[in-house]
Amino acid sequence: MIQLEDLTKTFGAANRLVVAADRINMTVPSGEICVLLGPSGCGKTTTLKMVNRLVRPTSGRILINGEDTSGLDDIALRRQIGYVIQQIGLFPNMTVEENICVVPRMLGWDAGRAKARAAELIDLVGLDPHQFLRRYPKELSGGQQQRIGVIRALAADPPVMLMDEPFGAIDPINREIIQNEFLKMQAELKKTIMFVSHDIDEAVKMADKIAIFRGGRIEQYDTPDRILARPANDFVANFVGADRTLKRLRLIDARQVAQDAPALPAETAPQEAARLALAAGAPVVVVVDAARRPVGYVPAEALAGARGTLSGLAQPMPVTMPAQCDLRAVVSEMFTHDMRWLACTDAEGRFAGIVTQRAVTAALSEAAPAVAAQ
Amino acid sequence: MTRAVAMATASGLGAQVAWRLLALAAVVALVLWTGLDEQISPYWEDILYLTRQHVVLVAASGGAAILAGIPIGVWLSRPGMARHAETVMQVFNIGTTIPTLAVIALSMTLLGIGFAPAFFGLFVASLLPIVRNTYTGLLAVPAHLKEAATGMGMTPRQILWRVELPNALYVIFSGVRTALAINVGTTPLAFLIGGGGLGELIFTGIDLMDTGMLLAGAVPTAMLAVLVDFAMAQAQLTLVPKGVNPLR
Amino acid sequence: MELIWFAVGNRDAIAGMALEHITIVGVAVGLAILTGVPLGIAITQNRRIADVVLYAASIIVTVPSIALFGLMIPILSTIGHGIGWLPAVIAILLYSQLPIVRNTYTAITNVDPALREAARGMGMTPLQRMWRVELPIAVPVIMAGVRTAVVMNIGVAAIAAYIGAGGLGVLISRGISQTDPRQLIIGALAVSLLAIVADRALYRVQKLLTPAGL
Repeated sequence: MIQLEDLTKTFGAANRLVVAADRINMTVPSGEICVLLGPSGCGKTTTLKMVNRLVRPTSGRILINGEDTSGLDDIALRRQIGYVIQQIGLFPNMTVEENICVVPRMLGWDAGRAKARAAELIDLVGLDPHQFLRRYPKELSGGQQQRIGVIRALAADPPVMLMDEPFGAIDPINREIIQNEFLKMQAELKKTIMFVSHDIDEAVKMADKIAIFRGGRIEQYDTPDRILARPANDFVANFVGADRTLKRLRLIDARQVAQDAPALPAETAPQEAARLALAAGAPVVVVVDAARRPVGYVPAEALAGARGTLSGLAQPMPVTMPAQCDLRAVVSEMFTHDMRWLACTDAEGRFAGIVTQRAVTAALSEAAPAVAAQ
Repeated sequence: MTRAVAMATASGLGAQVAWRLLALAAVVALVLWTGLDEQISPYWEDILYLTRQHVVLVAASGGAAILAGIPIGVWLSRPGMARHAETVMQVFNIGTTIPTLAVIALSMTLLGIGFAPAFFGLFVASLLPIVRNTYTGLLAVPAHLKEAATGMGMTPRQILWRVELPNALYVIFSGVRTALAINVGTTPLAFLIGGGGLGELIFTGIDLMDTGMLLAGAVPTAMLAVLVDFAMAQAQLTLVPKGVNPLR
Repeated sequence: MELIWFAVGNRDAIAGMALEHITIVGVAVGLAILTGVPLGIAITQNRRIADVVLYAASIIVTVPSIALFGLMIPILSTIGHGIGWLPAVIAILLYSQLPIVRNTYTAITNVDPALREAARGMGMTPLQRMWRVELPIAVPVIMAGVRTAVVMNIGVAAIAAYIGAGGLGVLISRGISQTDPRQLIIGALAVSLLAIVADRALYRVQKLLTPAGL
């Protein structure tokens, strides 16, 4: 847990005082990612760098896991905080392995343990230890360098990580991949992370909580969904963008809004199907094969008075989506295929419900939970 | 880097070594072919004796310049010196334009004749490039490397030894190489102020218009200079670690 | 004080030596520009030949000047010019090749390929591209090479006094042999001043020759 209490930084003399951070109060709970977001010069980086004292606070307190850090000297403090910067800062004179081992060795680990840790970490980001540990930074691609930058910060297993626009210098496609990898790692490692970004999409994707900065102050500190649904003021609303409602689509999984619909074998009689659809309040019945995989559908209105079996009425299923994907992907497919609903599947490809346009709009208009007391 | 690029660099490295060896072999062949060795041979004893003096002068003054120049360059590059460092470097830059004969002559007016003024003049002439390259090399270490090192909890001393110096090493080495080239090129002048060395055969040979004596001084002097530069180039290639060596 | 009187008293002789010094360096570096710049341009056509030429030039520079004079004396004696201004001019001409050829070569090879392509796209012939695009961009860099050559060779010319080439080095050599600190110090100061002034002046020229857009 990181707590900032009345944290303030001023630069310059008394007659020309610049307040870079003005009485910042915030708590990052253990195991969460907090993104500090805002335009350049808003104080987000200054705030981050006060935590490892690359910038010395003018006043206020910083507590890590309840302990006031002002009692620690700079060096000891920094060695127990992971630090990742945009320019990565891998030391060109050291191999990848030596880079990763820097902090563990300074903390007094023996060489064997540090090397074992380096191999373990590099494996964690999907790079082959035999191939990469002996390489020099200049022999790596930008994306590989950034992965090493992240695991170097994780080397001594610090409880707290500071990340200053860590993925800012990577091309969009690789950034997406590395962000996903990082989230997967974080789900296991549960570090407490402060993360500076100027990209609202990155913030929405990575954050458990977002702090929006302006002029050295926090304008709003809240979950991504509440920031998008209920911006505290015009500045926040403008900053997150006019499409903030669409951005919320990323935060909701298909299964959260999926509803049940009759899933029936092709030989079912239409009357029986119509009865079940009515009972479920579903606009369609889905035709499934023996393994319950969706293969076709019949709109509810086509069932009335029909004869024979569903196989004669069914239209082929144009597309299905995995139930764990977010609503943005679901809505995109709906528009692509001109559908008012979409079938979802579970991990084995079995039918898992449908998402209707109405359910999507209902989820977005649903008032976000009230702001929790801080 | 891909394997192909790595191999291309390796073959470039081999080619460099091959070129230097070829050039050296050509010089030796030229000496033998023109019969120079016969003209020189009467002076063989003198050559050996004076070469030893020559090498001692180069090694002592060059070594002292390295031992003094690098710490001075480091000191000037520290943040506390930022205000004065640029002025000092400007003076140094003017200093490097001063002809070496003038440096040697002024050293004589200060210290008289003998080994001491020769040593001092050569020391001063080779000091400047080392200080300048150490200073600029350290300042050129990217700020984000120092930020990363600080953020990881390195002490200023650890940052200097483990991040700044290794990353400036190639530039520092270039300065040392330049310094030694100046040093070796100036050492023949040491004879003029009583410092000995191979200059004795050259200058006396010119005065007496004795071609054999002249060449007995000039050929080893030239070969020694080429050899020192060659050795320095090899050292720079192999001693500067791969990660920070643009030649590898 | 004594020094000043000495300098004032011998101002004509000193000025004459300075003029001699400037003439030797000026003529030799002038010739070096006439040979070095075309050579630098020519070797841009072939990487391998460029490596060989630059390597040869770098070896020449490594040879100490007094040793180079020594090597040339027996050769030039065959045409009766073993000592004097000719070996000095030839040595300076040789020494100047490295900075001038190298700077010309790197300046032209470093011209932004996009510029070259733009020039080709406008329909310029290779000769037009050389004159109107590549050389104007390369001139300041070539000038920097000339400046290096001049400063370095003012020192070489001083040493050439020992082979009878004249110049300010004569004051130093006489000062040493006659143990006359006045001549020695005035000579050393004059030659240093000459090098510093030449360096500053050529730096100005280099700035003036830099096109406004660069």
